[in-house]
Amino acid sequence: MSSGATHEAVAAVWRIESARLIGALLRLVRSVELAEDLAQEALIAALERWPESGIPDNPGAWLMTTAKHRALDHLRQRKMQQRKHEQIGREAASSQGDEPTLQAGLEHDVGENFGDDLLRLIFIACHPVLSREARAALTLKMLGGLATEEIARAFLVPEPTMAQRIVRAKRTLGEARVPFELPQSAELQNRLSSVLEVIYLIFNEGYAATSGDTWMRPELCQEALRLGRILAQLMPAEAEVHGLLALMELNASRLPARVDTQGQPILLLDQDRTRWDQLLLHRGLTALQRAEKLKQPLGPYTLQAAIAACHARARDAAQTDWPRIVALYDALAELTLSPIVELNRAVAVSMAFGPGAGLELLAPLAEEPALKTYHLLPSVRGDLLFKLGRYAEATGEFQRAAAMTQNACERTLLLRRAEESRGNQASAKRHISIVR
Amino acid sequence: MRVMVFVPADRNSEAGVMPTQEMLSTMMKFNEELVKAGVMLDGQGLTPTSKAKRVRFSGNQRTVIDGPFAESKELVAGYWIWQVKTLEEAVEWLKRAPFDGGIEVTIRPLFEPDDFGKELTPELRGKQEQLRGEMDRQKRS
Repeated sequence: MSSGATHEAVAAVWRIESARLIGALLRLVRSVELAEDLAQEALIAALERWPESGIPDNPGAWLMTTAKHRALDHLRQRKMQQRKHEQIGREAASSQGDEPTLQAGLEHDVGENFGDDLLRLIFIACHPVLSREARAALTLKMLGGLATEEIARAFLVPEPTMAQRIVRAKRTLGEARVPFELPQSAELQNRLSSVLEVIYLIFNEGYAATSGDTWMRPELCQEALRLGRILAQLMPAEAEVHGLLALMELNASRLPARVDTQGQPILLLDQDRTRWDQLLLHRGLTALQRAEKLKQPLGPYTLQAAIAACHARARDAAQTDWPRIVALYDALAELTLSPIVELNRAVAVSMAFGPGAGLELLAPLAEEPALKTYHLLPSVRGDLLFKLGRYAEATGEFQRAAAMTQNACERTLLLRRAEESRGNQASAKRHISIVR
Repeated sequence: MRVMVFVPADRNSEAGVMPTQEMLSTMMKFNEELVKAGVMLDGQGLTPTSKAKRVRFSGNQRTVIDGPFAESKELVAGYWIWQVKTLEEAVEWLKRAPFDGGIEVTIRPLFEPDDFGKELTPELRGKQEQLRGEMDRQKRS
C-alpha cells in the first residue's frame, strides 16, 4: 500500500478534529454558519490532498491552517465590499472581527481554548431557539462529526430533508443573533437542561427507536454516550451532567440483553443479567456516585439513574429493591409532574405492593391527554390485569397497545402477549368446566 | 466498536523500572485527551511478569510456571479499552500517543454481542444459563 490516506482514515481524523476545529473557528468568525462552512472546506481540501500526500503528522494543525486561510480570504472579500460601500458614502458596517484581531486570534494557541470552544459549540447547537429535532441534528453534525447522510439514516428521514433541517438551523441561529458567549450563571441552568435534553433525546432515539423496523439503533446510543462523557469532563461540577451520563451508561449496559436472536425485545425483568455489560454498568454506578457526591438537590436525571442503579445492583429480578424504586419515583414524580413518570411509578408500586395497588394508580392516568396515544399505558394495564388473572380484559388492552405503537418489533411483542392472554382465558374456562 | 490496545513490555518495564516523571506526565496528558474526547473506557498498567504466573494445560495435567517470562516483546505492559466508531479512528488516536523507540502497539477490536449471534444457538445459551444458575446456587450455599 502507498502512503496515500484512505477515505476511512480521513473520516477518522475528521471525527477526532471536527468539533475542535469548528469550535475554534466559531471563536474567530462568530458565525456558526461560516465556521461550519470553513471547516467543511478544510475537510474537502483534505479529501483531495491526503490520498496523494498521506495524512500529515499533525492533521489537526493542517486542517486548522487550511481553514484559517479560507477565513482570511473570506474576510478580505468582505472588507473589499465594505470599502466599496464607504466609497459611495456609506458608513462602514460593524468593525467586529476585522483582520488584525482575526490574525491575532489565529496566532493564539488553539489547544488552550479547546474546552471553552467545545462548550460554546455545544450550547449553541442546543440553543432553545431551535426545535428539538434541529438541535439533535446540529449537535450530531458539529460535535459528533457525523455526515448529513449518516444523521438522516439515523433519524430515518431522506438526506435532502436532513440537509435542509441543518441549513435552516444554522440560519436560524444567525438570524436570531444568538450570542456566542457561554450563558451566565442565571441562564446557565436553563440552557444546560436544553443540552441534556438533546443528548438524552439522541440516546433514546437509539435505545427505543420510536419508528422503524429495528427496535434499537445502538450507534445513536454510542453518539449520545460520547457526548455525555465529553460534557462530564467539561462541566464536572454539575451533578445532573453526571446523572445523565450515569443513566445512559446504565441503560446501555443492558443493550446486549434487550433483544433475542430474532431481534424481538426482551423486557427488563426477563433479561439474562449475565449478559449485561459489566464495564458500562460499573461506569454508570461510578458516574452516579460522582453526581451524588456533589451534594446538589437530586435532579431528574440523577433520580432516574438511581432507579436504573437499583436494577443494576440486583443479581436477579427477584432481588430488586422495589420499595426503594417506589421512593425514587415519588421524588421524580414530584419534580417532573409527568404522567409518564406516574405510569412508571404505578409499575413500581405493583411490583412492591402487588398488581392491584398498581392498577388503582393507573385509573386517573386514563384521563391524561398526554397519554391518550401512548401505547405503554394499555400495555402496562394489560400486564397488571394479566397478573390478576383478568385475561379477557388483558387481551383487549394488549390489542389496543399493539394498534398504537409505531414500532414493528414492539407490535409483535404486544400481539404475542394478547394471544397469550386469550389462550389463558380459554384454558381458564376449560378448567372451570372440568371442575364443575 | 470497542477496541483493546496492547502496550508491549520492554526491558525497563520488565525490570520494574518506573517511568520518568516526564514520561508519566506526557502519558497522563494523552490519557486526559482520550477521556475528554469520550474515547477511553478503561486502561491500566500491568506489573512486571516477575510477579506473574502461568498455567500450562496438557491433557489432565496442570503445570504452574512462575514469572518472569523471557519473550518480552510478546508480553503486555498495559492496556486501554477505547470506544471508537471505526478501527481507523483508533489508529488515528494511537498515532498521537507519546511512544518512541520502535515499539509496536497493537489495536484489536473486541467481539460485539452480535458477532456470536449465530454460533451461540438458543440451546447453547440455555445451557450457559443453566451453568450460571448452578454457579449462583453454589455461591449462595
